Amino acid sequence: MTTAVMTEDTPGKRATLVLGHRDFHAVTETVAGIVEKKTTPSWVVLFSLAVSVLLVLLGSLGKLVADGIGIWGLNNTVFWAWDITGFVFWIGIGHAGTLISAILFLFRQKWRTSINRAAEAMTIFAVMAAGIYPVFHVGRVWFAYWLFPIPNQMSMWPNFKSPLLWDVFAISTYATVSVLFWYVGLVPDLATLRDRAKTKTRQIVLGIFALGWRGSHRNWLTYERAYLILAGLSTPLVLSVHTIVSFDFAVSIMPGWHTTIFPPYFVAGAIFSGFAMVVSLMVMARKAFGLEGLITIRHLENMNKIILVTGTMVGYAYAMEYFIAWYGGNEYEGFAFRNRAFGPYKWAYWTMWSCNVFSPQLFWFKRIRTSIPAMFVISIFVNIGMWFERFVIITTSLHRDFIPSSWTYFRPSLFDISTFLGSFGLFFTFFLLFLRFLPAVAISEVKGVMPAANPHAGHDDHDHDDHGAEASADSSDSGASHNDSANEDEEKANG
Amino acid sequence: MDEPHRKDEHEQKAYAVMGYFLTPGELMRACEKLNAAGYKHFDAQTPFPVHGLERAMGLPPAKLPWVVLICGALGLLSATALTYYVSVDYPLTISGKPDFSYQAYIPVMFELTVLFAAFGTFFGVWAMNKLPMYSHPTMSHPSFPRATDDAFFITVEARDPKYHKVRTKGFLEELGAREVLEVME
Repeated sequence: MTTAVMTEDTPGKRATLVLGHRDFHAVTETVAGIVEKKTTPSWVVLFSLAVSVLLVLLGSLGKLVADGIGIWGLNNTVFWAWDITGFVFWIGIGHAGTLISAILFLFRQKWRTSINRAAEAMTIFAVMAAGIYPVFHVGRVWFAYWLFPIPNQMSMWPNFKSPLLWDVFAISTYATVSVLFWYVGLVPDLATLRDRAKTKTRQIVLGIFALGWRGSHRNWLTYERAYLILAGLSTPLVLSVHTIVSFDFAVSIMPGWHTTIFPPYFVAGAIFSGFAMVVSLMVMARKAFGLEGLITIRHLENMNKIILVTGTMVGYAYAMEYFIAWYGGNEYEGFAFRNRAFGPYKWAYWTMWSCNVFSPQLFWFKRIRTSIPAMFVISIFVNIGMWFERFVIITTSLHRDFIPSSWTYFRPSLFDISTFLGSFGLFFTFFLLFLRFLPAVAISEVKGVMPAANPHAGHDDHDHDDHGAEASADSSDSGASHNDSANEDEEKANG
Repeated sequence: MDEPHRKDEHEQKAYAVMGYFLTPGELMRACEKLNAAGYKHFDAQTPFPVHGLERAMGLPPAKLPWVVLICGALGLLSATALTYYVSVDYPLTISGKPDFSYQAYIPVMFELTVLFAAFGTFFGVWAMNKLPMYSHPTMSHPSFPRATDDAFFITVEARDPKYHKVRTKGFLEELGAREVLEVME
């Protein structure tokens, strides 16, 4: 049974995805137990903290609605700063959830099963946090519906040739599809909770949302097809969303924004920041809720590998941008980049480089890749770095424009800061509610990747009557052989 | 296993005979046997999709992709119609380019295609599965809650021509199913 203690990937031999859970029922117990047991004091403390920060956001937004966007530190030269930085930051974080749920699903990466649910929830809450910026930046929030093409008596329409309108379509589609995908995934697990419910109220509420799911194989057949299709739709969608977000900049003619590398560069950055956020959240959640057997070191290590890859891609993009600024020979473009690295915002530029490009390089070392404290610190660095990346792109390109007399230095106002910090309150309030009231791990999907789920495993030793004893014996005695066959399957799938 | 004690059993119509296994392997074998014995209307209730079961049960592939294709095409059409209408209704002439400069509308067309297709998938999957259906005869099996936990149920429906209360029950028990009971509609 060497496989049982192995928690990391070594070439040719893969670690099991589920540790310390002897049978299917144990998985149900672990995940459903979190939702069913009494609220813990630590959750209450964290939740109160999150709600207090959320109140800061509501206060800041209330002030903004009352006084107008003049309360932000924006000026004629720097007309976009922390607001759009916060918007792109949150949207980017959301993208890892879709990547895990859709792209890794299409690539048959079975390890995604224990993290996809939480990552998808993260996507939805991150998109909510992102959504407040464009909505409140319109200033007169009660006219926010003008963003949508709604017929009116003046025959006036939003400009369909503008990337900002494309953004409206991309973000609203992304939010909708993410919610649909998440809910489709939740239905079988809600049915599990329904069937375990002890009180009538729970049974009715969960029953309504579980839609009467009963695990019929005819239903599973259509369900799995629907899941595959949604994954297939979400994959190009997530790439398109950040591409369109990057168009907000790339389609303009500002030096420093007007570059064709933006779409792939933004998508890589989004995945990079999102995975960092998933690692930060999962490291805490698995500890707090005893999910170490489901979210193993192998899962975390795989995510760290993705952080390393995307971090390096982002670093390549930074370097290539700079190279093209020189090679392109455009005076203004050249100045924009010299100003980024050596101008008044050089501190932000080099923070970005250190956090995004240098710090993930430590993940080349297996010791660091598999160390919980190290990966937690690096993931926080990446989150900080990715915020700075957007800030650098947006503010340094704007603050010294074509006329030196209008050059300025942007300083955030108190309300810039409180709005951004407050958005974390929004995110964490919802995320904590999710962890408390919904299954944080996809129960049915995790069961499906357990060695015992393979219907062809150990076919021959099922001839005697004592099935109950055998089910547990299966995983402890002949577990090694099962693991091997499951590993081979995965090896093939991974090509 | 004893018959469930129901006062009005003789008045109710039987829906199916139901039993369960503890491993997907046994369920798979039972489905193969039922299929070979000529049963058509039987189903499995499992906590997770057991892959390959549809072959053992002799089920055709799901038809959902067609719904999605139609919805996606509808999305593309609506986006084309919308962008065409707004560019003719209130033309914005920029650099003398045509009113309907479709190149600029591709993002909108793409997003609406995906949106409609996703809605088609979402509503299609529930419609095809006849959900929501809050009460189903199979849920009356006393061990049914385990179907979403760790038991692999098999249900042979009464409308199957080969259905026979005693013989079908005996057949399932022979295959190793536990708690084989008749559930009522």
